[in-house]
Amino acid sequence: MNSFDYIILIVLMGAVTYLPRMLPLVALSSRHLPVWFTEWLELIPVAILSALIAPTLFAAADPRTFSLDKPELLAALPTLLFALKTRSLAGTVIVGMFCYWGFKLVI
Amino acid sequence: MIQKSDSGKSIIREGLVAAWPICLGFFPIGLSLGVLAQKVGLAPWQMAIMSLLVFAGGSQFIAVAMIGSGASMTAIVTTTFMVNLRHLLMSSAMAVHFQGVSRRFLTLFAYGVTDESFAVNMARFNQGGWNRYSALVLNHVTNATWFISTVAGCYVGQFIPAGSFGIDYALTGMFICLLVFQLRGQVFAITALIAAFCSILAYLWLPGNAYVIVSSCLAATAGFAIKRAMRHRKQTI
Repeated sequence: MNSFDYIILIVLMGAVTYLPRMLPLVALSSRHLPVWFTEWLELIPVAILSALIAPTLFAAADPRTFSLDKPELLAALPTLLFALKTRSLAGTVIVGMFCYWGFKLVI
Repeated sequence: MIQKSDSGKSIIREGLVAAWPICLGFFPIGLSLGVLAQKVGLAPWQMAIMSLLVFAGGSQFIAVAMIGSGASMTAIVTTTFMVNLRHLLMSSAMAVHFQGVSRRFLTLFAYGVTDESFAVNMARFNQGGWNRYSALVLNHVTNATWFISTVAGCYVGQFIPAGSFGIDYALTGMFICLLVFQLRGQVFAITALIAAFCSILAYLWLPGNAYVIVSSCLAATAGFAIKRAMRHRKQTI
């Protein structure tokens, strides 16, 4: 791929990345939203976070299979307990890294 | 005047403090993307403009791999679009906290909406008192970290051992804690469980990362229905 084509590619990629992030913010922040819609949107963050994490913990990639013995899952248990107990973001990140590192060395 | 510059400073400081776990997680991922880019023959300047204009880790990895395998421009752009469509949902959810904010601020802010910045900013907005300029600082600091680490990866990446100190787990650990912050009642916990269940099934059965959008929309709708049903039952009793 030559430099000109590459720049065109990046500009197009940039546009399809930026627009889905920008349009809802601009469109939805300037009008009054119906109650049912804000109530639905309120549940989106928790749903997205859970949906992002679950396959990391419970599924192997390439090929995609269900799995219950990933070090990611093992490390998630103490990490989750620590987060519930302390509600400290910094602490949880450190504890998570430490547990994951440990489990990886042992397994 | 003095007071104003003080508060300006504290707004920036708050943004930086909130951003550090993201930056910690971005660094090794950015480095490895740089290494990959160098392997498929991209120059550091090419990596640089990509990280600048397409601030989206997942789709950048896919794009670099596709460039390496000689995929067409249409295929790469379409894939990028599909992969990043989930941010449509995140920006919609965030709009609740930006009612009446100027278009100029939002166009600047939108650039830095990623899974990570979304999760941290939403947690802070829910706690209350989160200044939107701190949120803006967080978005742009994480982008700068991403930019620097991906470009650095093109030069030095291959000398750094993979998986040092469990740093690969930084973002997962962060997401686990942010999920805990989001559990603000029974309905939220139920929604999280439904989302996890649907997400695993969708991950196994659907191609690409459609699983994120599909399962979070399903779970939010189910959670919403349960909330309505619970409220209805309370009213009729």
